[in-house]
Amino acid sequence: MMSAYDEMHGADQQVRGQYQVYQRWLAQQPPEQMQARRSEAEMIFRRVGITFAVYGAKDEDGSGTERLIPFDLIPRVIPSAEWTVMEAGLAQRVTALNRFIHDVYHGQDILKAGIVPSEQVLENAQFRPEMMGVNVPGNVYSHIAGIDIVRAENLEDAADGSGKYYVLEDNLRVPSGVSYMLENRKMMMRLFPELFAMHRVAPVAHYPDLLLETLRAVAPAGVNEPTVVVLTPGMYNSAYFEHTFLAQQMGVELVEGQDLFVKDGFVYMRTTQGPRRVDVIYRRVDDDFLDPSVFRADSTLGCAGLLDVYRAGNITLSNAVGTGIADDKSIYPYVPKMIEFYLGEKPILSNVPTWQCRGKDDLAYVLAHMHELVVKEVHGAGGYGMLVGPAATKAEVQAFKAVVKANPTNYIAQPTLSLSSCPTFVESGIAPRHIDLRPYVLSSGKNVQTVPGGLTRVALQEGSLVVNSSQGGGTKDTWVLED
Amino acid sequence: MLSRTADHLFWMARYMERAENTARMLDVNYQTGLLPQHDDNAEEEGWRGLLSISELTESFSKKYEQVTARNVMEFMVRDETNPSSIASCVRAARENARAVRGALTTEVWETQNQTWLEFMRVLKDPAFERDPSSLFEWVKFRSHLSRGVTVGTMLQDEALHFLRIGTFLERADNTARLLDVKFQALAGGDYFGPTAAKEGLEVDFYHWSAILRSVSGFEIYRKVYRNVIHPEKVAELLILRPDMPRSLAACLNDLVLNLEMVSNQQSSETVRRAGRLRADLKYVHIDEILATGLHAYLTQFLDRVNDIGVGISRDFLVPMAA
Repeated sequence: MMSAYDEMHGADQQVRGQYQVYQRWLAQQPPEQMQARRSEAEMIFRRVGITFAVYGAKDEDGSGTERLIPFDLIPRVIPSAEWTVMEAGLAQRVTALNRFIHDVYHGQDILKAGIVPSEQVLENAQFRPEMMGVNVPGNVYSHIAGIDIVRAENLEDAADGSGKYYVLEDNLRVPSGVSYMLENRKMMMRLFPELFAMHRVAPVAHYPDLLLETLRAVAPAGVNEPTVVVLTPGMYNSAYFEHTFLAQQMGVELVEGQDLFVKDGFVYMRTTQGPRRVDVIYRRVDDDFLDPSVFRADSTLGCAGLLDVYRAGNITLSNAVGTGIADDKSIYPYVPKMIEFYLGEKPILSNVPTWQCRGKDDLAYVLAHMHELVVKEVHGAGGYGMLVGPAATKAEVQAFKAVVKANPTNYIAQPTLSLSSCPTFVESGIAPRHIDLRPYVLSSGKNVQTVPGGLTRVALQEGSLVVNSSQGGGTKDTWVLED
Repeated sequence: MLSRTADHLFWMARYMERAENTARMLDVNYQTGLLPQHDDNAEEEGWRGLLSISELTESFSKKYEQVTARNVMEFMVRDETNPSSIASCVRAARENARAVRGALTTEVWETQNQTWLEFMRVLKDPAFERDPSSLFEWVKFRSHLSRGVTVGTMLQDEALHFLRIGTFLERADNTARLLDVKFQALAGGDYFGPTAAKEGLEVDFYHWSAILRSVSGFEIYRKVYRNVIHPEKVAELLILRPDMPRSLAACLNDLVLNLEMVSNQQSSETVRRAGRLRADLKYVHIDEILATGLHAYLTQFLDRVNDIGVGISRDFLVPMAA
């Protein structure tokens, strides 16, 4: 593998333009002081309780599972010109994906046109027949989308040494992490106010406002003053902090399934002053758990009868039911074609070339080259159920080949991208570590909005490409510099 | 506000108040134990009384053979299998806060979280065993802080009212239990009333002053009565004085005030019962209470407080689907 594109340093260790002021500042900071700031950040995160739960994990004393996500002090900086292109690309992509979901649950034009194979949609576990013909406000399904973007060497022209942004994955169901984007910025401004005087960093703190505006805009028709709530699986969910944070920032109730009930075709919450009608649910619960009378009967996280109310148009669920059909990894390869089909435009953001193991030729290629590919389960998430070929042992590769052969339609493969790296504080000092980026895209049907930047995740292990917090990843503040 | 949210707020405040009162009782017992005792059993009796106040005699004896200061403190401070230990209360207060942190101001949540984090650290520090009083002081201080930050930063809406309801209901219960056990401990029966056994009992300055100190009432007593300490006056101060912040009357005044602020369609009976109890405290004379017997009086008081708690739960916190 070639050496990765470094966000701070170009050829000959030249500091890139967007990092020059920062670099000069960093060089003047005594190491002890940076160390002290790191400890301070950790102490504050703990006191504020910005923690996440690791399933099945225990603290040293065995008493709890609350962990901090490691926060790195060195920001990831994106020049304004790059962001402008990315922002347009995100809006284009999410718009096309929403059109696709609407199409799949209505006329299925794209299937009829033969652009996406019918069986890949209709036989997909993420396809929800319950949604056929159901109309949602503004025809928008994924109101909140998290698009995972990486910068890697240019795959079309590997020799030119420049980096290029690729979309690695679309998250259209319940993307998480936005609270870390906001808290990281708050932390940086608290620890290093002088840096913000030296740079024009585009602000992100208005995200909850945009989110509330989006949720209100997609309320059922005829509701002028909608009651919006956030639905959480509860305090033991790994993203519970984020659920409380967003509810509080928007000034809306944070509800659990047990707080809701359905009566006479509407959803109500139990309050101290009696039942109160709910119009929009920003649900942080997967489809499967939403309504025990339709989906998983053993779920206590949702509310029985919810789906009937939803299909009748008396409640808005955000995101809609059935968005999983568009962010499935087996559908991902078709997104550039969707953009052309629905919008008549050339895709602004590139996909990573992808082999679909369901195809005979692709499968043969994947099996022959598995040691150099990344192989992923089509429904996998969180860094589980995948193989990074170059980092795996021979035995692991062999074992995974058997798994793929047994069920090829369940896997896709991509070249092992050398994700860009960014200087990061580690045990031995400052060293490059691989990063990705997740911008959050809000769609209301009237507009598509993205706060500048997003959440930058960093793989703290040397050489590791896995940035997921459940796999020991950390985060960085993300700066989009205004001109 | 969501019923579940109100429930968590109510219990958050109750647990914090309980942690404080437990610390108060432990501290007084510990301090009393440092005095020269004319009766060898007196100290052990004090610790027994403390367990019985909290209805924990049985669960204590399952774990420990002897009632000693060390065992009781271990059980009441750090033993998380004991739901009434300070550790359990602090954790429960924090867990309830965490469940509704969005309904709290950042300051309130961070105070609760910080109390829990620091308490976990303090428990690992051997200094606690050498100087338990400073730990008890710390718990009281954190509880003051918790109440102060609540009143000082929260919007004066339902959330605050349910927190206050939890505080005063718990405090009324705890003060009543403290009085009951301390008066009984001395008399071996009822201190006042028809069956009183107080003849021949030496009125012990240290005993009464300890009760007063445990509710921060020693200086108040002097200020109010300007007199030597009489048990009747101690009882009056802690039951009937509306200006004594930990008295039963004061608790009921604040309870009713907050309850009326949140009343809903089904809560009228609960509000009525609370108002009735408050009126009884307002218009009764201490001699009437003592004539019927303090123990009997406090027993019915605790029943009525418990009944109000059940009513609040039913009317606001866990209502059926309408």
